[in-house]
Amino acid sequence: MTIRKSTAMIAAITMLAVGACAKKAPETLPPVPEGTGTDTGTDTGTGIVPGSQEDFLASVGLEGDRVFFDFDQYNVDAQDQATLQNQARWLQRNPAVRVTLEGHADERGTRDYNIALGERRANAAKNYLASLGIDPSRISVISYGKERPAELGSTEEAYAKNRRAVTVVIGR
Amino acid sequence: MLLRSTGLSLALLLTPTPLFAQTAPTPPAVTTTTEPRETIEGTLSQERTVIGIPPLATSSIQTVAGLRTDSLGRQIAEVIAADLERSGLYEPIGPSGVRAITRAEVQAPRFSEWQSRGAENVVHGFVDAGSNGSLIVGCYLYDTALGSELVRKGFEIQPADWRRAAHKCADAIYSRLSGEAPFFDSRVAYIAESGPKGNRIKRLAIMDSDGGNHRFITNGQALAISPRFSPDYKKIVYVSYLNNRVRVFIYDVASGSQKLVTESSNATFAPRWSPDGTQILYSMAVNGNTDIYRISANGGTPVRLTNTPGIDVGGSFSPDGKKIVFESDRSGGQQIYTMNIDGSNQQRISFGGGRAATPEWSPRGDLIAFTRMGGGEFRIGVMTPSGGGVRMLTNSWQDEAPTWSPNGRVIQFFRTTRGREGKSSLWQVDLTGVNLRRLPTPQDGSDPSWGPVLP
Repeated sequence: MTIRKSTAMIAAITMLAVGACAKKAPETLPPVPEGTGTDTGTDTGTGIVPGSQEDFLASVGLEGDRVFFDFDQYNVDAQDQATLQNQARWLQRNPAVRVTLEGHADERGTRDYNIALGERRANAAKNYLASLGIDPSRISVISYGKERPAELGSTEEAYAKNRRAVTVVIGR
Repeated sequence: MLLRSTGLSLALLLTPTPLFAQTAPTPPAVTTTTEPRETIEGTLSQERTVIGIPPLATSSIQTVAGLRTDSLGRQIAEVIAADLERSGLYEPIGPSGVRAITRAEVQAPRFSEWQSRGAENVVHGFVDAGSNGSLIVGCYLYDTALGSELVRKGFEIQPADWRRAAHKCADAIYSRLSGEAPFFDSRVAYIAESGPKGNRIKRLAIMDSDGGNHRFITNGQALAISPRFSPDYKKIVYVSYLNNRVRVFIYDVASGSQKLVTESSNATFAPRWSPDGTQILYSMAVNGNTDIYRISANGGTPVRLTNTPGIDVGGSFSPDGKKIVFESDRSGGQQIYTMNIDGSNQQRISFGGGRAATPEWSPRGDLIAFTRMGGGEFRIGVMTPSGGGVRMLTNSWQDEAPTWSPNGRVIQFFRTTRGREGKSSLWQVDLTGVNLRRLPTPQDGSDPSWGPVLP
């Protein structure tokens, strides 16, 4: 408990310290898309630990933690770019935080190929974050292929949700 | 042939509980609903030979290691009958509903009685207590019309190995009657699956080719996929998500320890053994680009075999160890290619509609089995090593990942059903495509890997 508390305090202090710098960086990024969470910045009144997975999800909004791909594709389109720019803002505000990009595929590929495809997707998202100035050493990747579908159905709608790269906070 | 000195690894693999007590009943045989298929050069006929298989007799009922010789005689006959029936070539009569034979009858069958039941052949045998707690199992195959003995086999075994004696008998019978190489006395590594579709628990497991002697290897805490038995059955190479990384491990069956096939910060997956067990192929993703590598099974420096921008993955050695068949999407979608083991002479061999994946070279060398993807379905097919003679063997929503029987006449694969409750199970089909069966497993199953015939 003590350790957790002190971690949270350090996190809060870190947040305060970098807040000033973080405000300048987003100028190179487009505005936050409508409907996504607002930048709560140093707000700790919600009980959410800054820099945590919870904080990340609150910041990027519904499905803001993931980008979606077309069948057997791994290109980052305009919508994905907006999502990743939003993630990048949060990552810039939390420069000590490390994340994992989890690449996934739908069930219409063979197992080994889908692991390779998930790697492609996770790396495509990672590379785009890196192009926005996020240190790539903060981003690890893992592919789950078709092993961990988000939607369980065997429909086009489910497949579209499963072809994804999800950013997950793993700590600092 | 004696099984007296069965290998240490085998003894350790065997579990004391007979499988029949712990598995669900075998689902009824299913035949494909597609158009009739050609037979393979006359070696496989859809006309099934009727074989009488009464329970094996015993000289005197004795209990060895908790097993009664008369009960074992029935169980061994059941395994022989199930093996032969599953091959699709034979129609066993017995051991259920068949008169028990006497010990004297084993070498003096009542041929006319079997002929009157329509049996062209009859299998007789015995189970007797041997010395030092062993069992003596004998089996004989007769031609009922000629009244002649065709095969005679005897084994001295440890009681726990009784199923192997049954498989060896079935192999001898199958080989004598079909002219094909044996395959029943072999083992399968696969992935046992349980839990909801979005969070499947996947465990490495091993069993006999008929599902017997089942054993779980890993506990399911880390995702396990794509296992391959080493040719000597002492090791299993597979992918584990241990510590949230994708890495190829070599698991030692006897010791239960495992080691990384290579140290790398990148994901390694899709491992395969060379036919002599000295080399391992694996795929590695570097910055999203996957290529195929070959490394000594003892470690060392890996050799990169492919270098195209794209996904080169999987791979299977030709039985002579000189070539590798693999899949690549360098032309757009997944297709099948061959290359020399040094990576030279890469040639695409699959053409036609859809995509082709998961190639596996037959142990006979004459065919390559693969997964054909098209029209939203996965089917199992075969083609020659030059890409000709493509034939599809299954027709279902999603059949994936073929693996060959040791004699190259039967293919196991896994079948997945669609939807939120979709499950995977193990199946096998022979080269005619007609004889399609589900394999009994305690849980759902995927990623089968069939090993060679045991010595």
